[in-house]
Formats: sequence, structure tokens, C-alpha cells
Amino acid sequence: MLTLEKRPTPSRGWTLATPVLAVVLTMIAGGLMFALLGKNPVEAIRIIFWDPVFNTQFASYTRPQLLVKAGPLILIAIGLSLGFRAGIWNIGAEGQYIMGAIAGAGFGLAFYPSDSPLIFPGMIVAGALGGWAWAMIPAILKTRFRTNEILVSLLLVYVAEKILASAATKFLRNPEGHGFPGSRNLARIDSMNNPELISGTGMHWGVVLAFIAVIAAYVLLNRHLLGYQIKLAGQAPRAARFAGVNPNRLVVMCLGASGALAGLAGLFEVTGPAGQISIDFNVGYGFTAIIVAFLGRLHPIGILLAGLIMALTYIGGELAQLMLQIPAPAIQAFQGMLLFFLLALDVLSNYRIRIKSEGVA
Amino acid sequence: MKTFTKLMTSGLLALGLAAPAVAQDDPLQVGFVYVGSIGDLGWTHEHDQSRLAMQEHFGDAVETTYVENVPEGADAERVLTQMALSGADLIFTTSFGYMDPTNNVAARFPNVMFEHATGYRRDTPNMSTYSARFYEGRAVMGHIAGNMTESNIVGYIGSYPIPEVIRGINSAFIHARAVNPDVEFRVVWAYTWFDPAVEAEAAQALIDQGADVILQHTDSTAPMTVMQDAGVIGFGQASDMGQFAPTPRVSAIIDNWAPYYIARTQAVMDGTWESMDTWGGIGSGMVRIGEMTDAIPAEVRASAQALADSIASGEHHPFTGPLNRQDGTPWLAEGEVADDGTLAGMDFYVEGITAEIPN
Repeated sequence: MLTLEKRPTPSRGWTLATPVLAVVLTMIAGGLMFALLGKNPVEAIRIIFWDPVFNTQFASYTRPQLLVKAGPLILIAIGLSLGFRAGIWNIGAEGQYIMGAIAGAGFGLAFYPSDSPLIFPGMIVAGALGGWAWAMIPAILKTRFRTNEILVSLLLVYVAEKILASAATKFLRNPEGHGFPGSRNLARIDSMNNPELISGTGMHWGVVLAFIAVIAAYVLLNRHLLGYQIKLAGQAPRAARFAGVNPNRLVVMCLGASGALAGLAGLFEVTGPAGQISIDFNVGYGFTAIIVAFLGRLHPIGILLAGLIMALTYIGGELAQLMLQIPAPAIQAFQGMLLFFLLALDVLSNYRIRIKSEGVA
Repeated sequence: MKTFTKLMTSGLLALGLAAPAVAQDDPLQVGFVYVGSIGDLGWTHEHDQSRLAMQEHFGDAVETTYVENVPEGADAERVLTQMALSGADLIFTTSFGYMDPTNNVAARFPNVMFEHATGYRRDTPNMSTYSARFYEGRAVMGHIAGNMTESNIVGYIGSYPIPEVIRGINSAFIHARAVNPDVEFRVVWAYTWFDPAVEAEAAQALIDQGADVILQHTDSTAPMTVMQDAGVIGFGQASDMGQFAPTPRVSAIIDNWAPYYIARTQAVMDGTWESMDTWGGIGSGMVRIGEMTDAIPAEVRASAQALADSIASGEHHPFTGPLNRQDGTPWLAEGEVADDGTLAGMDFYVEGITAEIPN
């Protein structure tokens, strides 16, 4: 009979192998689901994972789009991973993303129609501050009143969504928009535009910052005292306290950093790909980034790869809808499987499977 | 390598440009982009039913495809581009939030025709816009509601406080007051187009406030379930919602896009397609009144039908003076009718509504 035996330390081999295995298992189980829906599973998997990168008809367009889609995911997930490593659970990145976009767009629109070159940098600062401030609410409530940051940060997402609806229909509404909801299109205003930096690559400032964040997080975690404290607090909270780590300071740092990065992701999205504050501006990047953070093993390089894979399933999923008429919920289930298999396979990194004979048992 | 990619791209573009010329032999490719799920039994469902009706009308001459649950903004732009790259000749985008993405993509694909529902921007000659005068249907629903309510409190589930929704509330209220001077409206804002849980809560909140007739401007059938339990009546929204007849669903406003989709597809085939704005009502068949059930007294059914007929013929405009704004300032003089510009941007209630438009 099979028994599980806890490993003294998580297996390094399995830690690296499980994400790959999870992707493979998702392909198999997803293929099965597509087959049950009456679609050709091999073709569906090929369209999702292969066509966005290599199809001659689409790839020249979809390849840069991978970066556009992955950029905010990576940026947010890097911020979240710092807290997650220290056992600080910011589930509300979606709200911080919204508030960053509103604060940044609001700053820029307050100066409309000025074309000062200082406006865009000011919007970036405002965006980071907006996300940071929204994350400070659960941080201060936690350090002062011991509230649970999971609940507070999550519920603040819904508050942020109401503020977003109000911004789109009232205080940031385009005065020349015939009364319809939505702000001015920032991507069409030169002083507020976050353009594609090199034509045909999908690179915009948000993607650039995502890459910088990956490197910065790597350096922080491996070379810096704060990174050491973050890791120690997550693995051995008591030991961390004896080592002089101030838990409150860590909460404020981690929530603040993840909030500011989520706010920046929102700012670069609203000034670039999305273009405007609208009622449905947020499309779940803040929540998907949680999956990306875990899929990437909370490791900066892993998150970079996981963000790209997640983006691939989105873009490939749209192609599969378009070409094979696979329903959207099936694509979402497919993405869900990825996290499901990853978490399930975590057993293998933390436990050893032993086969015992009946007699001994 | 880079030159090679460029060559490939321009080659593809050339192929794309050539497509309409050879379209006589190949089936015309028509794409649809939906904001919701085709199973929402409301807004998206009706667009998809109309797509299927159009497909059936043309048979093998047309191939249709769709992508559902497409978020507005950057994702919509990507889906639209992919659709255009895959060879679509005509693309319908069926949510207000697709306005900028559709115009952006239309500018890049001058030989693909784009049709955007409920928007107003037509930047390039290959962009058209279309919408329906749902407020004409609301007038009929308001007429029935004013007649049917016993508590004199009519509930209204609003999605977002935007002109489209405010127009509907005003139209329903004007026609409810016309038959029942004591009627009052209570409005609850759901801040969503489709969220069964929130919509059900909104319906319950209205029932708790004494409403015995509820109109909804959200897409799910969840309010109907609540109304059924409470013995309250309501109206199908966007779709017939006939599974809730005879009560609580006593009638419905049905979006009927099929004739428009057929006409516009035909126009592309004939080469007569032009950029235009269409705002159809009961008269053109774009708005249909769902069957009125026996739960409505016969004389009210007759007067509601007469109202619908007079709107269809153009004899009656739902916004006809004398009408004042909520604050009492005059809006329309006796006999004057509202112009489309004011209606399109309507951001005020008419006199008599006690609710406030939220900030």
C-alpha cells in the first residue's frame, strides 16, 4: 500500500519538475475535456500552445501580444511573491491595480490639456502611490488591530470596483463623451500615452518595468538583508523574531511593495493597452497574478516564465474559441486545471511516496 | 530574419486585401465579439440567436464565428485583430466598451467592415454603429406596470447610471404615471450587467420596499426567481425569458437583431455596405414586445398593444412634452418631442421620480 512520508526538506528536483509536469497533465486532462466537447483535442492543444508563437498567419501579431498580456501579470506577481514568501497574504492586488490606474489617470487628467513632459512621470508616481495607499489599509489594520490581511485586502477589491464605476460614470468621465461612461482615451493624448516603445514588439514601459522588477526581486531575495528576513519570516517566524526581524515592519514593506507594483501595472495598462478608465477596466490581472506567483514557485525567474505561459493560455484560448468554437468557460476550466495540478503535485515535493507491504501495516 | 518577417506580414496583408475581391466564391466570413456568455439568456444570448438566424438565412454563403466573454479594452482589441487576421469580412462587436478597440482595429483593416453596437464613434469609412430604442419598449412596460401595481410602488433594477438606463427609467416612469398618478419608482443600482447573486439581492431589496412590479435592466433571470417566490410580477429583459411565464414574467422587451444582421451581411455581399448609424425601435422590428400573458387584464393588454402600435407607427413618441426635469425646470413644451442627441446623452430624471442618480 502507498504511504506518504514527509521529507525533511522539500525535494529540489520535484520543485523544479512539478510545474512542467502540471502543464503536461493539464494538456492531457484538458485534451480529454475538449474531446468530450466534440473538438479535436490535439488541434485544440496545438492552437493554444503552439499557434500564438509559431502560426504564420497570427504569430507576427500574437507574439508581441504575449508580452502585453504577461507584463502586468509578472509585475503584480513579483510584488505578491515577496509577501507570500514571508507569509503575508495580499489577495487584493486587483483593487490596488484599479486604484493605481484611477490615481494615475486622475493626476494626468487634472492637467488636461497641458502637454508638459512632466505629466507622464507624475502619473507613474501617482499610480504607484495609489496602489501603495490602498495596500496600506490592510497593512495598518493588521499591524495596529491584528485584523486578517487576507480578508481586508480581498474585500477592498470590491470597494475599489465601486470607486472605479463612479470614476467611469462620474468624476473621470470624458466631458466630450456624450454622457457615456468612460474617461478620455489616455492612449490618444501625447502627454499621457504609454506607447509601444519599439514597433511590433509589444514592449511598453510596463513590460520594461516588469523585467526590471524580476531582476530587482532576484537581487533582493539573494543578496539583500531584507530578502533574507522575508525568507526567514516565512520559514521560521519565531526564529525570525529572535534574529531581530520586526514583523510589523515586514508587513508594511511587503504589502506596500506589492501594492505599489500592482498600482503601476494598472497605470501602465490604463495609459497603454486599455487606454481609458471604464466601468470594466479591471479584467482579473490581480487575481490571475496569484496563480502566476505560485506557478512560478514564488521565484522571480519562475514568475517570468509562468507569466508568459499564462499569457499564452489566454491568447491561445481566444484563438481556440475563434477557430474551433471551444466555449470560453472550457478555456477557463483549462486554466484552472493548471493551478489545480500544480497544487496537487506539491505533495511530491514535500512528501516521499513509499510502498509498504500489507504485513507491516 | 527581420526582413523575412516583414515580407511575410506584407504578403499576408496583401492576401487580406485581396479577400473581398474573391468573396463571390468563398463564403463570406462574419465574426461576432460578445461581452458575456451565449448562455446568459439575456443580451449576449439574443445577439447569438440573431447570429444563428442570419447564418440560417444565408446557409452556405456565409460562415460565422464568435468569441464570447471578451473583456472590454485591450483584450477586445486583440480578439478583433485576430478575427480580422483570420479572414473575417464583417465583424459585429456587441458591447459599448468595445467602442475604442473597434475603431482602432477598423483603422488598421480598411477592407474589413466593422459594426459596433450601442456606440457613437465611426472614425473610418469601414465603421458603422447600431443600437435599438429600448426606451420604446420600456414605455409599454411602464404602461403595464402602472396599471398592474396595487402598492403603487414599482421597482427598477438599474445596471449602471448611464444614459441608456436612465432613458429607460424615464420612459417607463412617464408611461406608468400617465395611467396611474400615484405610482412611485424605487431604483436599485446593481453596478453590473450580469451577476445573478447581486441582481437577486436587488430584487429582494425592492420587494422589501413594497414593490409589487419590478422592471430590470440587467441580463440574468435571477430576479425572476426572486419575484416568483414573492408573488411579484416583472418583465423579460433583452430576451423573452418565457420560461417564467405566465407569472412572474408577464411580458418582455426582446432585442431582435436578426433583420439588421441579415441586411448588413447582404449589403457586404452586394458591395453596397456604407458607414452609417442605425437606431431602430419597435417600428423597424429591432425592439419587440414579448407576448403579454393572461396575468394582465384584457383591457390593459389591449391598451398596451395600442401604445406599442402608436409608437411603431411614429404617431406617439415616448418623450413628448409637456415634460419637466426632476428639479422642475421645463424640458419639453406641450407637444414637443425629445431630439435624439438629448436622448443619447440623457443624464437627468424627469419630474416625479423621487430617486437620485448616484454619483
